[in-house]
Amino acid sequence: MCGITGIFHFDGDGNISLELLQKMTNILNHRGPDESGIYLDDLIGMGHARLSIVDLAGGTQPIHNEDETLWIIYNGEVFNYPELKEYLLEKGHKFYTTTDTEVILHLFEEQGFSCLEQLNGQFAIAIWDSAKQELFLARDRVGIRPLFYAKNNGSLLFASEIKSIFISDKVKRQLNYEALNHIFHFWTTLPGETVFQDVYELPPGHYLKISRNHFAITQYWDIPFYPTEEKLDWPAERICEQIHELLTDAIRMRLRADVPVGCYLSGGLDSSGVTTLVVNKFNSNARTFGIRFEEDGFDEGEHQKLMVSFLKTSHTELLATNERIGSSLADVLWHCEKPLLRTAPIPLFLLSEIVNKNNFKVVLTGEGADEVFGGYNIFREAKVRNFWAKQPDSKSRGLLVRRLYPYIFKNPRLRAMQQNFFATGLDQADDSLFSHDLRWQNTSKIRIFFSNEVQSAITIQADYEKMKQSLPATFSSWDYLEKAQYLEMTIFLSNYLLSSQGDRVAMAHSLEIRLPYLDYRLIDFMARIPSQWKIRGLKEKYILKKTFKGILPEQITNRQKHPYRAPIGKSLLNNKSIHVTQDMLSNQSLKKSGLFDAAKVNKLIQKLKTHDSQSEIDNMALVGILSTQIVHEQFIENFPSKPIALITPNLVIDRRLKNV
Amino acid sequence: MDYINDVRNFVVENFLFGEGEKLKHDNSFLENGIVDSTGILELVSFLEENYRISIADDELIPENLDSLKNIDSFLKRKLNGTTIQ
Repeated sequence: MCGITGIFHFDGDGNISLELLQKMTNILNHRGPDESGIYLDDLIGMGHARLSIVDLAGGTQPIHNEDETLWIIYNGEVFNYPELKEYLLEKGHKFYTTTDTEVILHLFEEQGFSCLEQLNGQFAIAIWDSAKQELFLARDRVGIRPLFYAKNNGSLLFASEIKSIFISDKVKRQLNYEALNHIFHFWTTLPGETVFQDVYELPPGHYLKISRNHFAITQYWDIPFYPTEEKLDWPAERICEQIHELLTDAIRMRLRADVPVGCYLSGGLDSSGVTTLVVNKFNSNARTFGIRFEEDGFDEGEHQKLMVSFLKTSHTELLATNERIGSSLADVLWHCEKPLLRTAPIPLFLLSEIVNKNNFKVVLTGEGADEVFGGYNIFREAKVRNFWAKQPDSKSRGLLVRRLYPYIFKNPRLRAMQQNFFATGLDQADDSLFSHDLRWQNTSKIRIFFSNEVQSAITIQADYEKMKQSLPATFSSWDYLEKAQYLEMTIFLSNYLLSSQGDRVAMAHSLEIRLPYLDYRLIDFMARIPSQWKIRGLKEKYILKKTFKGILPEQITNRQKHPYRAPIGKSLLNNKSIHVTQDMLSNQSLKKSGLFDAAKVNKLIQKLKTHDSQSEIDNMALVGILSTQIVHEQFIENFPSKPIALITPNLVIDRRLKNV
Repeated sequence: MDYINDVRNFVVENFLFGEGEKLKHDNSFLENGIVDSTGILELVSFLEENYRISIADDELIPENLDSLKNIDSFLKRKLNGTTIQ
């Protein structure tokens, strides 16, 4: 696990400064504090910050092939590298390390771009073919590891994090109002874009090939879909056996490391399932880590404790108090590099710090199960609303929404009115975006706070059309769950869950997360399982729960889903954090950024302070506005806010003509 | 009595944060995303406290509360000519 960065000069003027490259690498030091390496020639400079996990002593990057024409820097892990290495040894390849990095390089040499199909892992790769003078960048299938790029003034810059690109003065630091608008509507930026102008993200499952006169992005993998005739008509027991086998193998591979591997354990079904398989099959002394909240509505302590005593793991809890959540927002945004509408990333940032202090560099997590097995409320909501839309006047159909969100319908007096909220747009059930549109429309209310300048620069209708056009050709024939899963995985999984609640907040403290549920073999298998096994009636993740029956305690498999969330108002407006919040949202600060209407923001703050508002929208607006202000301050106004310590690289390959 | 203006002001201040120009008398709060599912409580509390009325459970329905127009006629019926302080 590491950070990568680089500059490619289309005109090859040989003028890449070692010091610039060092700075670009060193600002990623949190991703790779163990060592660093640099490659330089007249066309390209590449930097690598290393978190050593495999071949601790010998894996210094950049790594080269036999004749030193190919050079790789790489962030991530390819878990099936021992198997791939056997094949390459048979082909006659020579290795000088025992790393997965070197395996990827030789496999690329052997198979070119199609090597990506062989890789089971989470990665962002940069390979420089110095003979052909071609650069190859690639990202894993679902986008667990980040990779950004900017093309400007005859150069292409790329990096694991945007801050590294911003070290170069070739990219003007500006917010992209369209992307900001997307966050205030879809909860995140859309695939390929970032919240900064002219800085892009290589989308998951894509690779990029660049040479002096060539620049092309190609998709090599998409979320799989199988039509009815290709689906598996298996009995439930057989499906469960296969899930158990695939998940166990996904875990087995993800325990491969030359350092100890821990587990995140929340007390929910997904992480409990992974941890139990680890303990039962691979490591009875597993080390676990979990988040606790001081507020009951958020805390899962009871179930977490139950799992700890069930598995007898050595467990460490992180208490995410409201004060700590509030005071860590700015640090989290430095890592997430995009505005947020939630505070949920913050406890995960605090958790990785504890894990790091306990000298763990790798943990397995339960992320991805909700996407693959149908766990989210929005999937159940789509099912109910589709059913309701067929008879919109039916009273009993409408009543079903109350079962989805008991926490919304907790006041019996308001139920009839609240139920009607979910009837909005029922006449649009045939629309491709039906499953998510109610949520998006509801969220987009917070765009009311944008300043006139931002308002006049944005549209949303065009994005809907663009999004619809990007959907697979057969999409309209998919069932409600397949559609909703696809939208969730395309828009939200990589851009929010795996980044702001995943890679970025873990790597902030040099921690690599590994996600067995997102093994592509499991994703592919579950795409061949009919939806009726995923959501049965209104029971979410039915088949996964059935798989874990007899393995996990019943209190866990029978548990109603507890969405992972963190407090907002009480975190950002408590006595300790209110000063920062008010300072960032003062008339002066709002005027300086020019992004929001100060009068409206003042009204929002007053409302939240006096009413302790329960409104989801008001809370989202608060986080959205505050985090945008902080991102603006950190990345536009005052970048970098701290000096970057220059670290002498452990390895420098300098092939610039003037130095040869 | 022009009490519906108070309701309008409340909706504009509390849900639209001052941006009231586009709010029409017959706009559905729910369909136009003016009030969300968690905001209904705020609206009901305002009506009960401001007009010193008690709204029965079976009156908490969109026909009475989902637009300024609906609230207007609901309040007129509810207050039945009694003077508002």
